[in-house]
Amino acid sequence: MYNADKVIPGIIILILFFTLPIWLNVGRLEAVPEVELPKEEKKCVESKEFMRREHMKLLDDWRIKVLRENQHVYLSGEGKNFKISLQNTCMKCHENKEKFCDKCHNFVVTHPDCWTCHIAPEVAKKWK
Amino acid sequence: MEAGISLIIVIGLIIIAYIGTLLGLQVLFGIVIPYVAFLILVLGLIYRVISWAKVPQPFKIPTTCGQQKSLPWVKHSRLEAPFTTWEVVLRMFFEIFLFRSLFRNLRADLEGRRLIYGSAKWLWLGAILFHFSFFIIMLRHIRLFTNPVPGFIVRLDYIDSFFHLGIPPIYITDLLILAGLIFLLLRRLIDPKVNYISYGSDYFPLFLILGIVISGVLMRYAIKVDVYAVKQLTLGLATFTPTIPKAPIGSIFYIHLFLVSVLAAYFPFSKLVHMIGIFFSPTRNMANNNRAVRHVNPWNYPVKHYTYYEYQERFRDKMENAGIPIDEEVEPEKEHEWYSLYVPGKEPPTIKS
Repeated sequence: MYNADKVIPGIIILILFFTLPIWLNVGRLEAVPEVELPKEEKKCVESKEFMRREHMKLLDDWRIKVLRENQHVYLSGEGKNFKISLQNTCMKCHENKEKFCDKCHNFVVTHPDCWTCHIAPEVAKKWK
Repeated sequence: MEAGISLIIVIGLIIIAYIGTLLGLQVLFGIVIPYVAFLILVLGLIYRVISWAKVPQPFKIPTTCGQQKSLPWVKHSRLEAPFTTWEVVLRMFFEIFLFRSLFRNLRADLEGRRLIYGSAKWLWLGAILFHFSFFIIMLRHIRLFTNPVPGFIVRLDYIDSFFHLGIPPIYITDLLILAGLIFLLLRRLIDPKVNYISYGSDYFPLFLILGIVISGVLMRYAIKVDVYAVKQLTLGLATFTPTIPKAPIGSIFYIHLFLVSVLAAYFPFSKLVHMIGIFFSPTRNMANNNRAVRHVNPWNYPVKHYTYYEYQERFRDKMENAGIPIDEEVEPEKEHEWYSLYVPGKEPPTIKS
């Protein structure tokens, strides 16, 4: 092998580059967070699988319905009516943003804009 | 034709992954194939690097496009004809990060009967859009393989979704990589000159990466999957504790992952390996300093040659008979410093490769 003094460090950099996520986890790996589910209510607006996949689409849909179409009632797939409101419907059961929303959002890294206008229940409590 | 076959292969791969998830082969498509593919990628690249490093460079052959270092009053083009290692590194840097040679891309056109060359920056633009977007997208994916996610990845993710358009917000790089890829594909399909020199090995990676990008974009914006479950799976892969999460993940994720696995396994044995090969291009990694530094051909080896002393000893009697004067002051050479492939009285040796 020629130029081993340059090639071998190159191979090491190559391996380090492709295994970067492994090294980023070393010494700081945390357990997968579990969200705190409501104790009283067992059923959400839609099915659990649907909510886990598409809650952001649903909330966006709600936003458009309320703000642009003046519709304040959501008819769920099961035929139940819900008042469209993040703070009063969603957060009535999921009463803590930090223990519910943020757990997952921080885990998978998303930047939802909800709370730039809405107020989390735990913050609202402090004001009362 | 070549493009069509490549497209059919990629569609076939998508169907394989789709049927695989329908059959419940989540462990195969979610754990086994990604691990095998990743191993092929890394080991394959190391194999390619070592096999390249074994090839001798008999000559110094840097590409020069400017005035080489000469007399002090002649202006030296430092990037076009690098003389020192530092200048070579600088040229490499501009090549790798800014695609400098593509920036010089020309196009030839006939105007009437006149052949005209003009600047054509589109290839450079398409290439830089594609490569940088792909790189940022790869970095962004670290968010699925680390917990907690490092700050710079979070910041990168935030900057990439800067426009806050839609929910989830559109990534700028998603748009740019699609633009770059579509341009690079159309260029091969539409330009007759490029089309003529395009093979299946050019179309297949384009369609494959396009498949990866489209499946990823669909997964984010249209056919939603449970990202929490996805991260459980991917984090398990990165921490060597792979599990298929209990919550179901949609087929689109397994299609995306399978296409990425195919790309990884295909990477070291295709043209895509230019990612590493660029560092081994003798036309780019050598300094243009032939006049100052002697480049010794590694094929050369010291060869015993026939000195005049040995010649005179061998033919002394014949020389004396013929009346040729004998030089008594010639001394035998102790060591040979001469390189030659030719040995008198012997067949020329075969060159080892």
